[in-house]
Order: sequence, then C-alpha cells, then structure tokens
Amino acid sequence: MNVRTYPLLATVAIFLVAYAACYAQFPAMLSTRVIGNLLTDNAYLGITAVGMTIVILSGGIDLSVGSVIAFSGVFIAVVLRDTGLHPLPVFAMLLIITTAFGAAMGGLIHGLAMPPFIVTLAGMFLARGAGYMLTIDSVPIDHPFYELIDDAYWLMPGRGRFTLIGGLMLVSVLAGMIIAHRTRFGASVFALGGGEQTARLMGVKTGRTTVLIYAFSGFMAGLSGIVFSIYTGSGYPLATVGTELTAIAAVVIGGTLLTGGAGYVFGTLVGVMTMGLIQTYIVFDGSLSSWWTKIVIGALLLFFIVLQKGILRLSVAGGAMAGAGR
Amino acid sequence: MLLTITELSKSFPGTRALDGVDFDLAAGEVHALLGENGAGKSTLIKCLTGAYQRDAGEILLDGQPIHPRSTSEAQELGIGTVYQEVNLLPNLSVAQNLTFGREPMRFGMTRGRAMRAEARETLKDYGLDIDVGRDLGSYSVAVQQIVAIARAVQLSGKVLILDEPTASLDAEEVRMIFDVVRALRDRGLGIIFVSHFLDQVFELTDRLTVLRNGRRIATERTAGINRMQLIEHMLGHELEEVEKKARRSAPGVPSDRPEMLRFAGLGRRGEVEPFDLTVRVGEVIGLAGLLGSGRTESAELMFGAKTAQTGGASDADGTVAIDNPRNAIAAGFGFAPEDRKTEGIVADLSVRENIVLALQASRGWARPIPRAEQNRLADMFIARLDIRTSDAEKAVGDLSGGNQQKVVLARWLAMNPRFLILDEPTRGIDVGAHAEILRLIQEITAEGMSIVVISSELEELIAVSDRVIVVRDRRHVAELTGSDIESETIVLWIAAPDAQDGRAA
Repeated sequence: MNVRTYPLLATVAIFLVAYAACYAQFPAMLSTRVIGNLLTDNAYLGITAVGMTIVILSGGIDLSVGSVIAFSGVFIAVVLRDTGLHPLPVFAMLLIITTAFGAAMGGLIHGLAMPPFIVTLAGMFLARGAGYMLTIDSVPIDHPFYELIDDAYWLMPGRGRFTLIGGLMLVSVLAGMIIAHRTRFGASVFALGGGEQTARLMGVKTGRTTVLIYAFSGFMAGLSGIVFSIYTGSGYPLATVGTELTAIAAVVIGGTLLTGGAGYVFGTLVGVMTMGLIQTYIVFDGSLSSWWTKIVIGALLLFFIVLQKGILRLSVAGGAMAGAGR
Repeated sequence: MLLTITELSKSFPGTRALDGVDFDLAAGEVHALLGENGAGKSTLIKCLTGAYQRDAGEILLDGQPIHPRSTSEAQELGIGTVYQEVNLLPNLSVAQNLTFGREPMRFGMTRGRAMRAEARETLKDYGLDIDVGRDLGSYSVAVQQIVAIARAVQLSGKVLILDEPTASLDAEEVRMIFDVVRALRDRGLGIIFVSHFLDQVFELTDRLTVLRNGRRIATERTAGINRMQLIEHMLGHELEEVEKKARRSAPGVPSDRPEMLRFAGLGRRGEVEPFDLTVRVGEVIGLAGLLGSGRTESAELMFGAKTAQTGGASDADGTVAIDNPRNAIAAGFGFAPEDRKTEGIVADLSVRENIVLALQASRGWARPIPRAEQNRLADMFIARLDIRTSDAEKAVGDLSGGNQQKVVLARWLAMNPRFLILDEPTRGIDVGAHAEILRLIQEITAEGMSIVVISSELEELIAVSDRVIVVRDRRHVAELTGSDIESETIVLWIAAPDAQDGRAA
C-alpha cells in the first residue's frame, strides 16, 4: 500500500465515522433529502475546491476565488438586469472573463517569478473591487431560465432532490479527477508540486503549465459563481467572503498536501462533504452555535496537517529501510 | 572518438574556471573525471549539458560540432546526465518518472497499464524487478539512481554523465550501480564518471582525466597509474620548494611555544573517529586529506557546528565548552566555512555590515556598535587586509572571490579570536589573491593567534603550516612536522590504504 493514499483513506474513514455517528443520533440524517441538500448546498464550494485542488497540487495557492465567485454573481445579475441577453451567453462571457483573469495571474506568477500568494491576493482585491464597481447592492435575478433551472431536479426515492447544480458539482469532480490523474497536464501539475527545478529538467513547460493551472482555477471559480447565483437567485458583491479559505480547508481535509505534489481530487469532494456534514449536524441539533462548524473544521485541519507530517516522516524512514534492506 | 573536447575555456567574474581543457571519450568506455572541489569538473560538465555556455573551445559529438544551450537540447543531442541528488520526482510513481513526457495515450488520457508495462520492460534491462506503480520516493536512493540512469539512457543514449552518483550509497548499492554502468558500457555508451572515491575510480573506469585549477593535469589509462601518482596529480606540488623556504624563515620553533588549547578524544559517529589535537600559541596547523576524508567534519566538531559525541576541549583555565558555535565563539573561536557564498558572506549587505556582523551578534542587539566605531573597524580592515573595494558601503556580493574571502577573514579578526579555523580559504580565488591570503595567515599568527587551515592544495598547506595532520577515511592518520612536511610524505599518508599507524596522531 502506497503511503500517499493514507490521507485519502483517513478522509474517507473520518467522513464515514462522522456520518455513522450522526446517524446514530439522528436517523433522519441518512435520507436522500439530507444527501440531496448536502450536494446542493455545497455545490459552489465543491466546484471551486476542484480548481483549488489543482492549484495546491502544483504547489501554489489561489486566494482570488471567493472574490471571483462574488464578482460572477454580480456580473450575471447586472448584465441580466440591464440587457435583454439570455443567461447562457452571459455565462459564456463570464467564464471567458474569469478564465482569462486566472490565466493572467498565472502569467504574472510565472513571468515575474512572484509567489502565487501575493499575485492572487492582488487578484482577490481586484475581483472584489470590480464587483463593487458594478453595484454595491444585492441585485435579484429574475429570469424565466433561472426558474427553469431551479425546477430541474430528479426526485430521488425518499423525496430527496438531486438538483442540477449538485450534479454539476459531481461532474466537475469527475472532470477534475481525469485532468489531475489521467492527463499529461495533470502529470505536469504533480511534477511542479514535486519541485519546479526538477520538473523543468524533466521537460515540463513550466510557464504554460502555470498559466493553465490558474486559468483552470479561474474557470472553476466562474462556474462556481454561476452555480452560486442559481443557488441564491441574486448577485451581491459582499457574498462569499472567505470562501477561498474554506476551499483550501476542504482541499487539505481532503488529504492533499498543502505544499503540493500529492493528493487526490476525489478527496476534495469528501472534504467538502465532511464540512457540509458538520453544518447539517448543527442544524439537526438546533442548540449548537454555528461557530462550532469553524471549531470542528479547525480541529480537522490541524489533524490532517499533523497526519501529513507524520506520513512524510514515515515515507522517509521507509525509504531508508528499503535502502538498508538491499 | 565519440566525444572530443578541445581547448575548452570558461570564465566567471574573478575566476577562470576552465582554461583550455582537452577531453575525449570513446564509445564503450568509462572515463573518470577527477579533481578536488573547484578544479573545474562541474563547470566542464555544465558546459556539456548546456547549463553553461562556453567562452571558447570546441565540442565534437560523433565528429559534429555541438552547442547545447539547455539540458533538453543536450539530451536530444544524446548527452544525458545523472546527478548525485536524484533529479526525478519522488512524488510520482516509478512508471510515471520513466515515461514522463511520452506517456502512452488513448482518447487524450494516459494509459496507466501500458505505462507500467513499458516501465517494467525498461527496468528489466537493468535487472530491476520492482512495483513500478509505487512512488519513486518510497524506494532506496540506489533504485532511484538506477531509474534516473534508465531515463537518461532512454532519452539520450550516446553519452551518459554520472556526477557523483555513488556519494550517498553503501557498498552493496554501489555494486548495483556499477553492474548497471558496466552493462551500459558493453552496450556501447560513452560514460563520464565523476567521483571523489578513488577506489571506485580504480574499480570501474578505463581511463581517467585529472583537472586542477581549471586545467587538465593528466589523462591516463586507469590501469597504468597508481594511487600515489593519481593523488599527486590531484593535489599538485610544483610550488612547494619556493614557498617552503619563505615559511621556514618565519620566526619561532613550533614545539617551544606554549600550549593554548587541547582537544581530547573529539569524535562523532559516521563523521570522524575520535582524535586528539594540541594547539600551540601562534601556530598554523594544516589539515590535509581528500574531499570527504573527514577534514571538514573535524573542523566542524572543533567549532561546535556539529556536536561531538565524545571528547571535549580544554585550555589552561580548564574545560572549554564547544557544544555549539555560540559557546565556541564566546571561547574565542572562529570558523570561516568552505562554502563562502552560502555560509560565509551575506552578499546583499555592505562590506562594513559584513565585517561587524559577528561582533554585533556577540554583543547582542541591545548594545549596537556605534556607527563611528563600525566605520573605524571597516576602514581599518579594508586597509590592513587590502580589501579592494570602492568604499565600505559596497555590497559584498559585488566583490571578487578573493576580496570576499578577506571580508570573511576581517569579520573574524574583528572578534579578536585566539583560534581560527579556515576551511579552503583560497578556493575559487585567483592566484594573486591566493598568495595574499597566505601572507595574511602568517601575519595573523605572528600576533599570537592560532589557525587551522584545511586545504585541498598541498603546496598551500606546505607553505603555511607548522604542522600537518593527515586525515584519511574519517581518521587522523598522521601528524607531520618540520622537514616531514613535504608533498611526497603527505601524499604517501593520504594514499596508503593500509599503512602502519606508527605516527598516528
């Protein structure tokens, strides 16, 4: 068994144990309604977390996604309000904008050899500011197409709703899994996370890869913004403040090494679901403050950081042992 | 010849790293490239792999002139390199590492199974039967090294450069690598083998070339040369007669001087076996030995940069704590390390700031040295050591190697230590500055300071030392004084694989 799968296994185990514990207390937790809501409520987070996973696997970070999601919502709402355009071309325009925005950040990170932290921090303020420029109010979205999407769900046995946006998240995760684990681009992402110098020596086009990584994250943030606007039915420039940090937390709880080079996109889905589960539990309980979510997430993060450090030690010791054995 | 290099030259500011070097490599031969640190080995290799652009000279591969501009270009030409630090990705699987960049694809997706099958097939040629689906990092360095060789051969396939591939391997693993290298040689590859392990050179290579100070000293058949000749080539001894006379006229007979420090039974497992050393006032002690013999490690133990597991130091007043550099500095020790650029100078700070650095550190931040005092110190040392700089505020990184070394020296002299360790003080600096540093060492000791000098250049040790300690295989094997300090005796002690330890220190 490869030691690098341990964090993923731990993530899955924690999720299952937590779910079992919730079920023991509230049997209603194991219903298609809860599961359907879990997917729908966390769809926007899951989608942007997939983009974040690729970024973190490459050893980078993208702090701009929360602002980009808010900008997306505002952009869609304002354009729909002020023009007669159908939402679909607006979505396409938005995705082009956010993808280009991500690509530009990637280009700066590579071209100026700047830390991703700084560049995407600037991107975070820029996107948030751009949202404010469009409007400072919450703009409701009133379009027949949105009502159509809202009604697009599959009623699962047990009356749970499998919504379109929940399904879109699952598709995003699947696409992320294929991109990260089954393409040359994915291999380059892992290579960058393993060491830029070495990656270059092995023939990775580092510039192109970096641009693509942040463009992908920008695209996913835009997609997440569309989903968020469908979910809330409005656009508001102050929305999703701090979502980038929640996404990073989901990625790390999902077993991806924060320093890059190791992890699984599927783990991110489990990480998002774990965080959603905690929230659902608090709703069921009714007496707990919602701040408990943050506390539990904090504890989980700490646990995974320690776990990864331990595994790193273990694999180093394992390598030494294999060396001695020969 | 597969590869012919003629009159290759490469200069860096302040140094001439390669000076008209010739080198050739036949198909189906293992050719060792030897020399101490700074001899020009890595520069030569970097010119071959495209990491550096040569200033002058010609490189012919299969009779065609080549100008590799990058590692990948060199690879396409047929020159592959494997470094001491495995340059593969430990977080990818063995199969991914082997097929990286040319993975078998279907529908735009990589085919994991085909990739693993291909990798297994490749490694079979190297006698390696491992689970190629596991992370490369989970295997021993030897296995990683073989995977790196396999990848390099697959990509290039004419010339294979092995740069210290065995430095972190044990004997059994070295044999594994050697079997692989021999098999490749028999397949007709030309292999350049860089190593400072002479045993391995004699065991594996067909010919060898020795570089020293950027020049080619000799190219010989390995079978036709013995250990002593080889070491003489590597360490050199031409200047000896001239400089020895200068030194012998220096005042004082070493054994008459009062004792200052006594190290007893200092040792650390895997680094240096316990040794004794007595340091007298105003004495220069030379540490001779090959790279990796334990000479630097000895110095690090004396300074507390590495904590000694056994033994300790004492002086006339009793025990001296040397368990860490801070205590050693407090006891009046100083240490100018080998790697000046990363451990010695702070390149972005000015000459003045570099000079007062250690002094300020020892006073603590609460008692800053007044600016006037800093200026006085800086000006004094710039004058005294003849540091060539436009002014004291110039960044040290802009000075030449020799002047940087003088700044490091000035920093320690500002502390007014009684015992100073200089590791390779003249490495990478030009001949003029070289002589100046040696003169400075003699001046300093005339004032009563004692110095330990570590050097790869015998002539330099012979020129400045009152006593020479020879270090071999992590042991202090000999202590030479007076007329015994001559290159032949030193080389004999460095070479002797099983000499009698009659004079062992």
